[in-house]
Amino acid sequence: MRIGVITFPGSLDDGDAARAVRLAGGEPVSLWHAEHDLKDVDAVVLPGGFSYGDYLRAGAIAARAPLMRDVVARARQGLPVLGICNGFQVLCESGLLPGALTRNSHLHFRNRDQQLLVARADTAWTSSYTAGQRITIPVKNGEGRYVAAPAELDRLEGEGRVVVRYVNGNPNGSSRDIAGVCSEDGRVVGLMPHPEHAVEELTGPGTDGLGFFTSVLAAVVAA
Amino acid sequence: MVVDVVLKPEISDPQGQAVLGALGRLGHSGVRSVRQGKHFVLEVDGDPDEAELRQIAETLLANPVIEDVELHLPTD
Repeated sequence: MRIGVITFPGSLDDGDAARAVRLAGGEPVSLWHAEHDLKDVDAVVLPGGFSYGDYLRAGAIAARAPLMRDVVARARQGLPVLGICNGFQVLCESGLLPGALTRNSHLHFRNRDQQLLVARADTAWTSSYTAGQRITIPVKNGEGRYVAAPAELDRLEGEGRVVVRYVNGNPNGSSRDIAGVCSEDGRVVGLMPHPEHAVEELTGPGTDGLGFFTSVLAAVVAA
Repeated sequence: MVVDVVLKPEISDPQGQAVLGALGRLGHSGVRSVRQGKHFVLEVDGDPDEAELRQIAETLLANPVIEDVELHLPTD
């Protein structure tokens, strides 16, 4: 099972994302943003970091990278795509996911272990969890406040597009405690917290994040 | 050509609010609200094409989900 991890200029967590893929039992494949080559991967992870230094808007310039045109086209045909933190920002900027991520309401960078409620356990990236399950994974961002027009938020809630919500404290002022959302078909998921930093007891708050990566392996087998 | 990008009125602007707070501490109590935006100056070859400029503004310079754009073409 080949899971691609895209590196943009300024990506930071591509190494950890590849490691999480390997620990879940997949084969991580390095992808380079400037090439039109998805290397026959079965799914794609857009990692965290500060692509292009967050210039213009976080994720805005990376979303226009050559490889992103291929990712957008394949995602619309069902390729599973996970965007973590900066990767989530890139997915929103590319139009694959609704809404936008803006400056935290308190203006501080926030870095802590965060409890989340899994609202959707039937997406390509969350089937290893159960709906209503609480998990703890790190969150670390300065521009992680999820926003959209109120009518758009109502529509997303109505369609069940919220995948994970912050519980026991909202770290960035996100609308309606939204930590992550998905595409209509549940194959594209983006979230601000970092599941790839919670895959081993030694280096994270636990292994609650591993489920994102085991989920996609099951989704690819089922497809 | 100039493109100004501002957050839509319904999107809260914590940076503008921080500036407003600083103004209050400096004694400028009469300022009611501050909204922070971006200002782009573009130089082009030949005559500016308003349609192309609008496309540039709405597809890259601004995120239409949260921002509005104002185009200012040179008047001569």
